Amino acid sequence: MFEAVQQDYVDVYKGVASGLPGGSVPWVRRVRDSGLSRFREVGFPTPRDEDWKYTNVRPIAKQPFAPALDSHNGIDATRLEILENNVLDSYRCVFVNGHFAPGLSDLDQLPSGVVVMSLKDALNYRAEELETELGRCAPSQLHGFAALNTAFLTDGAYIRIGRDCTLQRPIELIYVSTGDSEQPQVSYPRNLAIAETGSRAVILERYVSLEQSRYLTNAITELVARMSAKVDYYKLQEESAKAFHVCGLFLHQDRDSTVTTNNIAMGGAIARTDLHVSLNDVGAHSTLNGLYIGMGKQHIDNHTQVDHRVARCTSDEFYKGVLAGRSRAVFHGRIVVHQDAQHTDAQQRNNNLLLSRDAEVDTKPQLEIYADDVKCSHGATVGQLDPDSIFYLRSRGIDETSARSLLTYAFANDVINRFAIASIRHELEHHLTQTLLHGKHIEGTV
Amino acid sequence: MGSPANDIDRLVKREYKEGFVTEIDSDTLPPGLDEGVVRAISEKKREPEFMLQWRLDAFRHWLTLTEPQWAHVHHEPIDYQAISYYSAPKNEDGPKSLDEVDPKLLETYEKLGIPLEEQKMLAGVAVDAVFDSVSVKTTFSEKLAEVGVIFCSISEALQEHPGLVKRYLGSVVPAGDNFYAALNSAVFSDGSFVYIPKGVRCPMELSTYFRINAMNTGQFERTLIIADEGSYVSYLEGCTAPMRDENQLHAAVVELIAMEGAQIKYSTVQNWYPGDEHGRGGIYNFVTKRGACRGRNAKISWTQVETGSAITWKYPSVLLEGDDSVGEFYSVALTNNRQQADTGTKMVHIGKNTTSTIISKGISAGRGQNAYRGLVKVLNKADNARNYSQCDSLLLGDRCGAHTFPYMEVKNPTAQVEHEATTSKISDDQLFYCRQRGLSEEDAVSMIVNGFCKQVFKELPMEFAVEAQKLLDVSLEGAVG
Repeated sequence: MFEAVQQDYVDVYKGVASGLPGGSVPWVRRVRDSGLSRFREVGFPTPRDEDWKYTNVRPIAKQPFAPALDSHNGIDATRLEILENNVLDSYRCVFVNGHFAPGLSDLDQLPSGVVVMSLKDALNYRAEELETELGRCAPSQLHGFAALNTAFLTDGAYIRIGRDCTLQRPIELIYVSTGDSEQPQVSYPRNLAIAETGSRAVILERYVSLEQSRYLTNAITELVARMSAKVDYYKLQEESAKAFHVCGLFLHQDRDSTVTTNNIAMGGAIARTDLHVSLNDVGAHSTLNGLYIGMGKQHIDNHTQVDHRVARCTSDEFYKGVLAGRSRAVFHGRIVVHQDAQHTDAQQRNNNLLLSRDAEVDTKPQLEIYADDVKCSHGATVGQLDPDSIFYLRSRGIDETSARSLLTYAFANDVINRFAIASIRHELEHHLTQTLLHGKHIEGTV
Repeated sequence: MGSPANDIDRLVKREYKEGFVTEIDSDTLPPGLDEGVVRAISEKKREPEFMLQWRLDAFRHWLTLTEPQWAHVHHEPIDYQAISYYSAPKNEDGPKSLDEVDPKLLETYEKLGIPLEEQKMLAGVAVDAVFDSVSVKTTFSEKLAEVGVIFCSISEALQEHPGLVKRYLGSVVPAGDNFYAALNSAVFSDGSFVYIPKGVRCPMELSTYFRINAMNTGQFERTLIIADEGSYVSYLEGCTAPMRDENQLHAAVVELIAMEGAQIKYSTVQNWYPGDEHGRGGIYNFVTKRGACRGRNAKISWTQVETGSAITWKYPSVLLEGDDSVGEFYSVALTNNRQQADTGTKMVHIGKNTTSTIISKGISAGRGQNAYRGLVKVLNKADNARNYSQCDSLLLGDRCGAHTFPYMEVKNPTAQVEHEATTSKISDDQLFYCRQRGLSEEDAVSMIVNGFCKQVFKELPMEFAVEAQKLLDVSLEGAVG
């Protein structure tokens, strides 16, 4: 379907492969080559693929995106509004167009036993440390985009929280797209985070842009939580409204580990996230929170899969969506309880609010269960604001627009209330107030 | 308490009660499929020209299609050239009374417990019994004719009422709808045709018994039911099939059309041969069932109890075209041994103020795999559409599977769509409570399972409700502990 463009990626790869970080390390080369051959095999997904039924990637696949160069030199902190207003007290890694920008980052005072560095440096100077980890969390059957990321993997964050370390401040990864090049560019952020036995950490990933232009972010994050580790992971996606964002987030959880993923999608013309959680040893618990807000002509697609591979693991998934304008959201939540994964407790909920005539939601919760002693349920709803609630507010003197905004805000805030870190919660609440309470979404409501 | 493993073993070894083959001469086409076969079938049935063309178009389209792969089932590839596409019992001239019917046939019905004789006197049910591909007997047609109801085989309808057939056949399930529907459209042998005139409430429940017989004969039934304005009909379909080792393909198409204010209630009890405990043999049941609510206030209700077949692939659907129309789907699906079921429904909301209800109960035992797959689609113009779906699964045994794949596509902000699903096994507390009150374990399980399915059973007509409960009891004999 997109042969010419696909060939273009392959050609570009051949040109740059040896120059990529760790290009001389045989195993890194192997990982990249396997990504490329997978991409040549499957190409870009089409709506004929069940997992892409509702998301047509033609706008992304019809033209080639050139790999973004390491050109952050011209960017100074003053242009990065996000850094100025940053309220988080964090260990900060900033990436410009997918490349680590040490000058903008702040990694002072990292406690001993904790490694936070650019993946580029890690691949160049300590590749052997990564060999058994990189690419191991990703599913074996990568889709075209994830395969491309693997082929072109260049930079990102390499994080290792040492045994029994507790990080007091969050680690914040900020991906800034400048979006100022002539030709549309693609960046391939690749993060690898390992939380060793008994460690605790909060990791926050942000995607922002400086210009409202078109570019592609094709990211993968792999996260391993070893025994009894506890990780809070946040992803805040605020790409440009013209940009494309495709992201894979792959989790491996060992015995008694607890991971909470909080996935907020607000930006991008087409934004797709694949979140795979693999519960590999007894007692692991995973919480999946998600919020997506679509406006204009946005298309936001969230695919989640939770694999209960062994007994006595629990998962709790809660995704909410607000759709206005002509936006469209896709939710696909799959829970697989493998044979012998007895005493599994898996819950899933997906609620959607349609605010306008032309918005659309396609939701597809799925349960696949091969064990009998389990408690599994899922629920999905699509609806609108409750007229009684609007009436209640109206009868107390609140105008229609404000009443609707307030209720919408309350609907979305349900998810944010589940976030453990107060400062992140407050920031998001502020953000939500800006977006929802100031009535931006009201255009085109019923 | 008896060990559950033993109980399951006992169940697994239960023989298929209805397994026997009646040896009668069949007028059977040799295996294989090409245009000639399609022409031969059409000719044998002395069909009008338009029908032949329709079949040929369907066949040519079928050649361009490939088998769907998305269902959650696994089976060996089917060799469509190894199937014989037509098989008719002898005596083609059509018997007028029971005496003229091949006694072997009557014997078969007797064994199946289809009270053809009895029904005449007691139940008042008109039976259009389909033995393989040709309708053998239609009872009570005179009584039905009095009120203007047409109830006959579809080949007869093609002779007597070609206009009606031409107008409605394929209007809900187009010939090229999917792989199996296209195949059916090309080679369908027979089936039932029902037409209820305006304002008529059909005076009795209509029923058909299908039975697959004759080695290697795929059965391609075609059912067409039209309920004209303000009419009502309740239609029952029930099936059993003989035991054999080869997989048999069954690709039926059922089309329902409900005009303004009309109501169609379609109930199925399906108990085809499920294959043996190792998954050998058994029927492949790949069915396309769809109804269209064409006018205001029309209502279509599907109720099904699926306990048979090696593989079931079936999604009775409703197109809610008329304003205020109603679609319902009630289902109990049971898989045991190595049975696989991928079943559910499609509700497409097109008109305003349309409502749909989906209640699906899946029971998996042994190594059975049971999947619910449903689609609720609300189109942009379907204001105030309302859907409620509930899918519950019960797991009996640790080697079976229960899966739920609901799809919801909503393009209208006034729609309210809800889906809920739960999966669990019978709770020890419930069992203990019953046991404590003196019920044997088996009775307790049977009671709990029946309670689990009650919401669906109460939608079945009386005759079927009893049969369905019995069927479930038999199918689950000692399956749980």
